[in-house]
Amino acid sequence: MIAFVIRRLFQALLVMLVVALIGFTMFRYVGDPVAQMVGQDTSLEDRAKLRQDLGLNDPVPLQFARFIGNTVQGKFGISYRIGRPVDELLADRLPATLELSLLAALFAIVVGVPLGVYTGLYPRRWLSHVFLTVSLIGISLPTFVIGILLILLFGVTLGWLPTFGRGETVDIGLWDTGLLTVSGWQSIIMPAFTLGMFQLALIMRLVRSEMLEVLRTDFVKFARARGLSNRAVHFGHALKNTLVPVITITGLQVGSLIAFAIITETVFQWPGMGLLFLQAIQFVDIPVMSTYLILVAFIFVVINLIVDLLYYVVDPRLRVERSGGGH
Amino acid sequence: MANPLLEVRNLRVEFPTRKGTLVAVDDISLSIAPGEVLGVVGESGAGKSMTGAAIIGLIEPPGRVADGEILLDGRRIDNLSYDEMRKIRGKEIGAIFQDPLTSLNPLYRVSEQLIETITTHMDLTEKQARARALDLLKEVGIPAAEERLDHYPHQFSGGMRQRVVIALALCAEPRLIIADEPTTALDVSIQAQIITLLKRLCREHQTAIMLVTHDMGVIAETADRVAVMYAGRIAEVGPVQDVIKRARHPYTEGLMGAIPTIGGRDDLLTQIDGSMPRLTAIPNGCAFHPRCPKVHFKCHTVRPDLIGDGSHSASCWLMEKQAAQGDSQ
Amino acid sequence: MGPVARIQDNFARFLDSDIWYSFRTSPVTVVATVLAIVMIVAAVIAPLITPQDPFDPASLDLLDAFTAPVWTEDGQWRFPLGTDDQGRDLYSAILYGSRISIGVGFASVILSIIIGVTLGLIAGYVGGTTDAVIMRIADVQISFPALLVALLLNGVLRSVLPGSSHETLALVVIIFSIGMSIWPQFARTVRGSTMVEKSKEYVQAARVIGLSSRAIMFRHVLPNVMGPVLVIGTINLAIAVLLEATLSFLGVGVPPTEPSLGTLIRIGQDFLFSGEWWIVIFPGVFLALLVLSVNLLGDWLRDALNPKLR
Repeated sequence: MIAFVIRRLFQALLVMLVVALIGFTMFRYVGDPVAQMVGQDTSLEDRAKLRQDLGLNDPVPLQFARFIGNTVQGKFGISYRIGRPVDELLADRLPATLELSLLAALFAIVVGVPLGVYTGLYPRRWLSHVFLTVSLIGISLPTFVIGILLILLFGVTLGWLPTFGRGETVDIGLWDTGLLTVSGWQSIIMPAFTLGMFQLALIMRLVRSEMLEVLRTDFVKFARARGLSNRAVHFGHALKNTLVPVITITGLQVGSLIAFAIITETVFQWPGMGLLFLQAIQFVDIPVMSTYLILVAFIFVVINLIVDLLYYVVDPRLRVERSGGGH
Repeated sequence: MANPLLEVRNLRVEFPTRKGTLVAVDDISLSIAPGEVLGVVGESGAGKSMTGAAIIGLIEPPGRVADGEILLDGRRIDNLSYDEMRKIRGKEIGAIFQDPLTSLNPLYRVSEQLIETITTHMDLTEKQARARALDLLKEVGIPAAEERLDHYPHQFSGGMRQRVVIALALCAEPRLIIADEPTTALDVSIQAQIITLLKRLCREHQTAIMLVTHDMGVIAETADRVAVMYAGRIAEVGPVQDVIKRARHPYTEGLMGAIPTIGGRDDLLTQIDGSMPRLTAIPNGCAFHPRCPKVHFKCHTVRPDLIGDGSHSASCWLMEKQAAQGDSQ
Repeated sequence: MGPVARIQDNFARFLDSDIWYSFRTSPVTVVATVLAIVMIVAAVIAPLITPQDPFDPASLDLLDAFTAPVWTEDGQWRFPLGTDDQGRDLYSAILYGSRISIGVGFASVILSIIIGVTLGLIAGYVGGTTDAVIMRIADVQISFPALLVALLLNGVLRSVLPGSSHETLALVVIIFSIGMSIWPQFARTVRGSTMVEKSKEYVQAARVIGLSSRAIMFRHVLPNVMGPVLVIGTINLAIAVLLEATLSFLGVGVPPTEPSLGTLIRIGQDFLFSGEWWIVIFPGVFLALLVLSVNLLGDWLRDALNPKLR
């Protein structure tokens, strides 16, 4: 068990190093950092001095080591566009994105898994066909089109829900939450639905196909042949065996929610990291871009680790292989 | 035979496809007495597994029982609802499948699968069920059963897993077990052990077995009676020694010719030319006639019914001739 | 048998095949296919069936701006679906826009097929360290959403290439960003089938007669591993079209001077609150239908060609 965790940690570290290298390369070689920081009228001497002060004349490995050291301490440099430290900018924006992504993920899982189970168990019922058709539309409708349609319907025509921003937020220490006010909840409904819709459809279709697959296996037939109740067969034997792939994909999808939040945040002018990142791309604000990349990669790696550990809990075959027994 | 445990009458199983209806099992009748081992032998696709699936009511849609009756203790079970049939499965009729590697759910401990089956059919507490599960494991010959009880299936070898599967089939003391190719997926050395185990258990528990296999050797060793199936029909049925020594259907003769015997000479092995027709293209008349060494004109057009004396019969026109000769003499 | 007879024979066999059967008994697939073909053809021949060239500023008249669709009170027959803020006829703009969207989609998929298939072939055929390195990169990249990769590539490319807001260069940047973000799927599939093919007799035979590795890979193995690539390609066409639309919607894709569907939606979003809903709705619906029909086609192809999933 411990060996397994250590190996996974090591792999995660390796991925982070590679991503940090990409971030560093972008920072160091895409455009000239000095030219970005100073005005047109800065003299050549001042530029050279700044270059020296920033350590840009040091050997590249040393620069990379310093870059990593700074990154670990949360010092990501200063935004070219806004002129504020990137860590402050991100700290401002992180709560908004995390609240949005987690709520969307919750919505997608809580609705998607039961629908997938239903359509897998009863593939011939008309309700299953309805769910499947809707899910296909959910997958095919671009996120921003869903968002725009929602705004048009509930925001503009009916006037029920706010169409942009987070509403009122409450500062609870480090975290600036919108989930403690009515206007905060009203504001998050449409963005979370928009963001979660695609994942919901994906999770539902995945659970369905896994369910269909498992129901065809010998051990399910054997469970039926032993006279177990439908409930025990469906929810005990079948559902548990669909969990491994479902956990994988769902875990990865939670990661991609953060990426897709870029679109949703643009549609609803949601003041999150995605919006910040997008503006950074438009204005080639390299420190913000590379920091966002590293942060997202970090979240991905953490989620992957959690997924791996969950596997371990669900599937006994892994446990034994690692501890060297069995067979 | 007095009061058969299981009786199948004129069973017909169909699979609708876009190119017409396939008949996987065509007008089959057979019966099994309490405690009897009936071997059902045939090539793959002969309908033998399908017959087994029909008896436990687990034919995969779109396949369906189109005609006939299945009676357990004189009570019809082919027209029961899913839930009524569920109470018979496992309790009255157990099942053993071909591949022990895939028959057990990999994510559940052996104890969990056993206890779950026991408590479904018997009115026992969790603790009593666990004790029974342990007894069952011991009975099927799993060494260090106390320790193995809480292991996961992948921690057992193939042969040991098949023993667990047998224990699972025996959980609620069924009176009939449908064993569908129980040894095919196992090593030859393990096969004998499993067959011996099955035989012993049936003797001790007075359990009847329908042993489905393509291996005539297994049948010869285990079964009391044998039914030979070909292209969805029964070609020959009778006491196992009779069928082996005095095969009446040319197909059975061919099957016997294909079994090597210890001390026999290799060059005497014969084979049946050609292969069994696909269900989409079953010939008119006797389905075996294109491959039959003793074919004559009637076989091309008219399908023979089972003809015979009492226990041993075959569906072949030769039987009619023999019967006629018997009359004239 | 003459060539005509052979074609007839093949055609007859096709009509009798399971694939054709599963196609014609699935009305949804038939409708989706027809829809996809109609949309793609309409996009290709757009100049022939539209009244206006929306990319030509000279043909636009600001006085026509914000005309509502023809069935509303202020509608005009000249502009069946209304006009946008520049006075562009939306019907023409959508067809021209979808031309760009579909073109970018095809180009990106072809680019990613070239990259992915080549790398997959090499990884599967050569094996060893080469294989490990290529597949490791693919693994890491595939665990990040294509959108993120495309956005990053886009940002980097735009800062490296000055003047990238120029139309032609913008298209190159976007095709490259999308193509580079979806290649790992092709590489994975091709690698898998290459490893299977590699052990077959014909490859051994080709080796024995002394063909070079490259000849064996590209002339003999390649044709045998292309089947699944086409299926994934169809599904990825939908993904690429969606990616292009998303990038353009986010404002880092196709510039507004020659708008694609995504750019049109981006422009239209500004007028959502002032009541000119048609500017955003029609391109949005067209895009959704396009992606939906290609997705349906891809879904069906995957099921029909993969008997295990049936």
